[in-house]
Amino acid sequence: MVTDDAAQGGTAAGQDNNAGHQGGAGHNMVQLITPAGERVSHPEYDPWVKDVSDEQLCSLYEDLVVIRRIDKEATALQRQGELGLWPPLLGQEASQVGSVRSLRDDDFIFPSYRENGVAYCRGVDLADILRVWRGAASGGWDPYTVNMAIPQIVIGAQTLHATGYAMGIQNDGADSAAIVYFGDGATSEGDVNEAMVFAASFQVPLVFFCQNNHWAISEPVRLQSHTQLVDRGAGFGIPSMRVDGNDVLAVMAATRVALDRARRGGGPTFIEAVTYRMGPHTTADDPTRYRDPNELEDWAAKDPIGRVHALLDRKGLFTEEFEAGVRTKADTVARELRAGCVGMPDPEPLDVFKHVYSTPNSWLDRQQDHYSRYLASFGDPEGATQEEGAR
Amino acid sequence: MTQMTFARAINSGLRRSLDNDPKVLLMGEDIGTLGGVFRVTDGLQKDFGKHRVVDTPLAESGIVGTAVGLAYRGYRPVVEIQFDGFVYPAFDQIVSQVAKMHYRSRGAVKMPITIRIPFGGGIGSPEHHSESPEAYFAHTAGLRVVTPASPQDAHTMIQQAISSDDPVVFFEPKRRYHDKGEVDESLDPRSAPPMGQARVVTDGSDVTLVAYGPLVKTARDAATAAADEGVSVEVIDLRSLAPVDFATVEASVRKTGRLVITHEAGQSGGLGAEVAASITERCFYHLEAAPVRVTGFDVPYPYSKVEMHHLPNLDRILDGVDRALGRPNSLSGLEG
Repeated sequence: MVTDDAAQGGTAAGQDNNAGHQGGAGHNMVQLITPAGERVSHPEYDPWVKDVSDEQLCSLYEDLVVIRRIDKEATALQRQGELGLWPPLLGQEASQVGSVRSLRDDDFIFPSYRENGVAYCRGVDLADILRVWRGAASGGWDPYTVNMAIPQIVIGAQTLHATGYAMGIQNDGADSAAIVYFGDGATSEGDVNEAMVFAASFQVPLVFFCQNNHWAISEPVRLQSHTQLVDRGAGFGIPSMRVDGNDVLAVMAATRVALDRARRGGGPTFIEAVTYRMGPHTTADDPTRYRDPNELEDWAAKDPIGRVHALLDRKGLFTEEFEAGVRTKADTVARELRAGCVGMPDPEPLDVFKHVYSTPNSWLDRQQDHYSRYLASFGDPEGATQEEGAR
Repeated sequence: MTQMTFARAINSGLRRSLDNDPKVLLMGEDIGTLGGVFRVTDGLQKDFGKHRVVDTPLAESGIVGTAVGLAYRGYRPVVEIQFDGFVYPAFDQIVSQVAKMHYRSRGAVKMPITIRIPFGGGIGSPEHHSESPEAYFAHTAGLRVVTPASPQDAHTMIQQAISSDDPVVFFEPKRRYHDKGEVDESLDPRSAPPMGQARVVTDGSDVTLVAYGPLVKTARDAATAAADEGVSVEVIDLRSLAPVDFATVEASVRKTGRLVITHEAGQSGGLGAEVAASITERCFYHLEAAPVRVTGFDVPYPYSKVEMHHLPNLDRILDGVDRALGRPNSLSGLEG
């Protein structure tokens, strides 16, 4: 009998860093850059990233750094009371950058709430990324301008939306694909399992991109699954890959394999990106209540940014000039993010009624009319004076 | 005008929608080859193909959730939930996704999804096949909830629901599927009365009787029986349950001064409560008596040997009419 940890093939810290040494059902973890920054060859996956130039590698490094900076700035904004909540993605930068940078503009992304790095790379306006977390809207951006849905907070619900969207792509005869992001906890949800049934039955062009960050708030991944998550795919007849989620190049290779299959009519793919949530679930969470600090230390040694830094160093690309350029870019983005956040206009009181329906609704119109009159009874048509007792 | 069953009238409406808009597609369990367990989609897959009339895996959340994704892509999905009691696995997708997506996306993403649900009892089925869950959905902001009561309305309203840019939960009174009526298939749904509008079925002056779906026929029969006793009952078919066309009900109550509401669903927190409260707010001084509710009981839908005790019938409705009129009735002498 195997222990829970052994069945997971690496829930315990330190078991995930070497490709080819995983427990479970024989899925080796694809890795192209070791934590020490060594580019290791992989006959099956190397061809998928052979076009990635030094320049592109530098650009990927910049993405990773900028996203970490965005995450840090947003966390600070929450601490300063400018955001109600923030879900940090610290540690998961490579999973997000490697996957989103593999997509075409006409591919459609369905994120959970933690894909803020994906949103940045997709070109979502910086203030729009924060809009939901500031409480200024329930969704930050127009999905059709960036081909990325608004964040989904109900765990796993978006996997069905992605499947339906991919059914639509298939009906339209297009060669684009959809990709859906979700976590290890989501794999327990009925919706995720139903999505895999539908996607497999209809062979839709979809990438199931599971970031196994090992923790669903306080629940370890072994509580969600007694097998490696990647083994779930086989039960649905979906080709699956397990990839080092802290290795931006390996993630890119795996995502490209999946997208290629999707575009050729080969149906869905399941990718388990093995990564780690270095921060809390959200700014309201306290991971010291449930997490062994040694685990954090082990994963810090497998940092997604550190290894690309080391690789660039080995290649002689990590010059002072390059480093300064990246730092400037990150600082600029952080400044814009902060300015966009604090400068975001507050919604108007009657915005609460907006967009519930796309056509007039007699119930809501009446409520809005009555509330407008109520606000007007303060002698202040803008309703600005709403402190209790002001009436 | 063609004589056809209620089920056929929906089938014909679905066919027209499929014909008129290539983005319309049908999804559900057994709706393709079989034509649906009630044959409402009979022949449609044969004529429109498997990509437009889609037999889905047996997963209600999956059906509605993939419809959300198709709507994201610009499609106009019409999903069938096989029976009322099977809609609950899809509840999250309906309430948290279908109903809220337009709001959450600040109007960028429309959800023109129609969710067809055969509902109501009276067909002798086992449990989970006879429920009336409309109040859950009427209570959910972002949804429209409608139910036709005649073959003509079924034909017209299904087309109006499909062409609505807002999501519509479309309740089909399953015990009326085989009832026949005249249907004008050439009627343009855009010029027909909108689905949000209630309809005065029979004019009357003594009491307003509000019904919807399967009980409209029962209410009409009750009005006929009441007329024999010299009581003039105005029957209103709500047609839309969210929003309710209170203006039509209010106009009637201002005339009659008395209000009876009937539905199969349990009483507490039901549509009857909403109608009674809203009409009381709107025209309290025109009411001569407290509104009366004649409804199913607050019980799980009962087994078929006793379902006739649960379902409001002609006599129970007339008893309610008597209460509203202050005539001798089953509760005479009982306070409150």
